[in-house]
Amino acid sequence: MRNLLYTELYKIFSKARTYIGFIAVFVIVSALEAGLYFEGAQILDFAIQHLKERFIFEGTLINANLITHIILNSLFIHIPFLVALVTGDLLAGEANAGTFRLLLIRPVSRTQLLTAKFLAGWIYMLSLMVFMFAFSISLGYSIFGPGDLIVLKGTINIFAADNVLWRFIAAYGFGILTMTTVSALSFMLSAFSENSVGPIIGTIAIIIGITIISTVGFSLMKPVNPYLFTYYLSSWQLFFEPEINTAKLYMAIVVQIIYTSIFLSITYVYFNKKDILS
Amino acid sequence: MKIKKFVELNQVTKRYDNLTAVDKLSFSVDEGDIFGFLGPNGSGKSTTIRMMLSLVRPTSGVISMFGYDIRTHRQQVLSNIGALIERPDFYDYLPAKKNLEIFGTLSHTPNLNYRIDETLELVGLKDRAKSKVKTYSQGMKQRLGIAQALLHQPKMIILDEPANGLDPQGLKEMRELIKTINKDKKITILLSSHILSEIEEMANRMVIINKGASVAEGRVNDLLNENKMHVTFETGAIAKAIAHLQQTKWKNHLINHNSNTLTMNLQKEEIPEVTGLLIQKQIPVFAIKPVRSLENYFLKITRNA
Repeated sequence: MRNLLYTELYKIFSKARTYIGFIAVFVIVSALEAGLYFEGAQILDFAIQHLKERFIFEGTLINANLITHIILNSLFIHIPFLVALVTGDLLAGEANAGTFRLLLIRPVSRTQLLTAKFLAGWIYMLSLMVFMFAFSISLGYSIFGPGDLIVLKGTINIFAADNVLWRFIAAYGFGILTMTTVSALSFMLSAFSENSVGPIIGTIAIIIGITIISTVGFSLMKPVNPYLFTYYLSSWQLFFEPEINTAKLYMAIVVQIIYTSIFLSITYVYFNKKDILS
Repeated sequence: MKIKKFVELNQVTKRYDNLTAVDKLSFSVDEGDIFGFLGPNGSGKSTTIRMMLSLVRPTSGVISMFGYDIRTHRQQVLSNIGALIERPDFYDYLPAKKNLEIFGTLSHTPNLNYRIDETLELVGLKDRAKSKVKTYSQGMKQRLGIAQALLHQPKMIILDEPANGLDPQGLKEMRELIKTINKDKKITILLSSHILSEIEEMANRMVIINKGASVAEGRVNDLLNENKMHVTFETGAIAKAIAHLQQTKWKNHLINHNSNTLTMNLQKEEIPEVTGLLIQKQIPVFAIKPVRSLENYFLKITRNA
């Protein structure tokens, strides 16, 4: 299994497309931090101008923690796409390249191969998330320095600088869980497809589609929404509330685990019976 | 000495909805054979090979390899087998050596680095081991395909249309390589092709399939017996020739004719006698084209495929 995992990781990290995610995160984080460095004060003044009439703000509000939080908000829109870019290619890419014919005639079971491929894709996703966190916070600290975190979401919440790091770690931990579900979804679509474009677009279309339906048809979808995995994609924000809604958090975790299990089970059952005709 | 059966297909069928790709196919491959698997394009050769390698599930029938049922002993079978199916597709963004490392690792190949060097040398690619596969010509990819099939020292290799896309020189080299592997490395080979001459040149036994079913199986020499021929005479006086032959012992050998040719069922040594008879009656013979009956049959099914 270790050898299988190593070969799958080697293949992933030898492909140019793997680095698109890292480059995208690097460019977006750098651009955001540069933009906020030059214009952040005006933007923040505008955002909190009505609060300034009632409160007195002291110190620098634009700091590494605020920047990291803003980046977290903006990048969580892009991350599913960047994850699917690689995980959607794991099986469909082999089918498209014709390499299944050489890969699946080896004395390893298809279950072992699927496990190695999914784990390799998961490690890619994990490395992307860790890179995003490490890069955004380290660049933020080196440019803006530490400070209290102000979060505007309906109400205004201010978290002391020494009470923020664990929240980011927890938010990223939850993000890794939701991206595991996204990986499992694109991996499943990848098993059904003979080229990787379908699974990548399919994953994004499913996420966006369900999110739109959930939002637009809210009254109809209200009872269903808590059981949809997409409903919890932004639930990492729970960690930036004064009191964490643990009931919602547990529900979010359970739903993600159930969906991941369903997607993977379908993949294993289907792929183990699949005729390789590519 | 009892001959070991490396492959036994028994009444194997594969259906896709209403299409029967392979129909109750049975044949066997013995240890040491270069076994020809001959059939026109679309006759079910690749589907059969994919079933033998567990890439495709048979609808019914049993495939035994080295005495194991492929369905229940997949890993034991695949440990002893190497294959190149249709096109030699590799991870073209990786060097040849890395490709072999990946496939060799998955085949649990001992002394992998040594085996990679040895196999690349055998197929004549040692100098290009570090080049990315996308820089390889079709012929080089075919040879790399054979290298990956041989890497884990299997007892048998399956080569599906290995001559596809090769120029005459590449074709010659490929044939030499296949013979060397069989003779020097004592590896049994199943060679699939739609070209009769290729099988005739290399194989000792063969099966011919058409529309998924077996048409003939046996030793190549027996099946392509030169004594059973369809001989076509091209002549300028077809009516006169037929009239004359009808009055001789050869009348039952006539098969068909058109405006300037007549075809007869003859043995090799009978050709001069019939030719002499026609010339003796001043019937001009412009050309004589002998075609072995199985070859004739194969050409017919190939045209209809």
